[in-house]
Amino acid sequence: MATIRTEPVTINLGPQHPSTHGVFRLRVTFDGEEIVDLEPVFGYLHRGTEKLAESRNYVQIVTLTDRMDYVASMSNNLAYVRTVEKLSDIKVPERAQYIRVISVELQRIASHLMATGFLLNDLGALATPLVYCFRERERILDLFEMLCGARITLSYMRPGGVFQDAPEEFWGSLNTLISDLPSYLDELESLITTNEIVLARTIGVGLLSDTQAIDSGVTGPILRASSVKWDLRKANPYEIYDRVNFDVPIGSSGDTYDRYYVRLQEMRESIKIISQCIQQIEPGPVRTKTPFFIRPPTGEAYSSVEGPKGELGFYMVSDGGISPYRFKVRAPSFINLTPLRDMITGWKMGDLIIILGSIDIVLGEVDR
Amino acid sequence: MTKIITGEEISKSIESTLANAVVASDETAMWVSPETIHDVCKTLKNPDGLDYSFLTAISAVDYIEYFEVVYHLTSLRNNCSCIIKVKTSGRENPKVQSVSDIWQAADLQEREIWDLMGIKFEGHPNLKRILLWEGFDGHPLRKDFIG
Repeated sequence: MATIRTEPVTINLGPQHPSTHGVFRLRVTFDGEEIVDLEPVFGYLHRGTEKLAESRNYVQIVTLTDRMDYVASMSNNLAYVRTVEKLSDIKVPERAQYIRVISVELQRIASHLMATGFLLNDLGALATPLVYCFRERERILDLFEMLCGARITLSYMRPGGVFQDAPEEFWGSLNTLISDLPSYLDELESLITTNEIVLARTIGVGLLSDTQAIDSGVTGPILRASSVKWDLRKANPYEIYDRVNFDVPIGSSGDTYDRYYVRLQEMRESIKIISQCIQQIEPGPVRTKTPFFIRPPTGEAYSSVEGPKGELGFYMVSDGGISPYRFKVRAPSFINLTPLRDMITGWKMGDLIIILGSIDIVLGEVDR
Repeated sequence: MTKIITGEEISKSIESTLANAVVASDETAMWVSPETIHDVCKTLKNPDGLDYSFLTAISAVDYIEYFEVVYHLTSLRNNCSCIIKVKTSGRENPKVQSVSDIWQAADLQEREIWDLMGIKFEGHPNLKRILLWEGFDGHPLRKDFIG
């Protein structure tokens, strides 16, 4: 019997491709339909944030952090100002801590809604489920607009607190949103969680074992989907997370479905946190007075928070001047791409798209 | 709360297995030489010992006279963290042993440091530029870089 000669084919996916969530390029080598090798190519959105920060003062840098993970600016703000506070030993009023936690948890819901919507988009359910997710995200963005006037690049937090107290009408809208969200999440779940097509396409796809997840440094919902119970809000509570009750949802097998489901359950936990915060918050100041130019003492600090994508950390070195001597970001989206090659090899083109979608990357943060 | 292990504590546990590896230590960090960082990290990761299974971040700082590579490690089982530092000598060709075979997490981070700071990681299987393109002149995060 004559054999047909075959050879592997390498194709480019991106940088301009709707499923790469921005400007991300993958060089994929196929053997027939099966992926045998994959090389991610980064840097199309590299703006040199770390270098830019070395020539700005500590308050100006808040705006740079907005532009990294631009679907979760609040979390970036919080991680950054916490590091400045640690570096220069600034205390934060209690009311400001509650407002911070409320706003980052709202941001977590908004970010997870985006992740879920785009995962469905990648699955081929074009646009319709995405609009369902965007509908509620829009209401969260409206709340942010009440807080600080911006919707995406918020710059709401300052070293020492938040920029201003929440206006009176914010609390009414927040209460309505919190009472609406559970039934909305039920509606979303009824469309996805038991959907036959979603189950067929996601269960068992893109497995990441717990040992590899830890070894490759992934954090956030991806780590927890691989059944590792590690959440910085529990492991190393910051702000007022030790005063609220919530669970850390984990997955069982570490496949694409688990990553989706962990995000969905995390949104429910965020609602729990926010409603407890609304009950506990007391009137008071929201910002400690800090000098216009903050000059932290010579030294260094690393501080991290549990962002929607994982552990978002800042490492800063100060030489006593008005700008940081070194400003380094531990970007979760970037490090979560470490095991990408192992997760995708052996699968087919259609699976590549959803595995990448389930990792939930934001290129502003990957490339910085 | 994540317990912060001081450099002195960690150096005591390292010195029992690896004599002469530790250069200095204080309450913030432990300094080791660029030639021994691989062995030190292997000892730190050992699941029967200190069990630092999670490499949180690798950073590099340019201090003009020398470069410093900073390893933030976390033990998920014991919920504790520590900081290991390596000082390199000279600005021309700074070199540190790669730890990418110990933690896969080091893979992309070491490439980023090579790209932006110009520190070579010996033993890294694929040390190429990552955020900038091949052929870019210089390493932008160095203090003497003129863009």
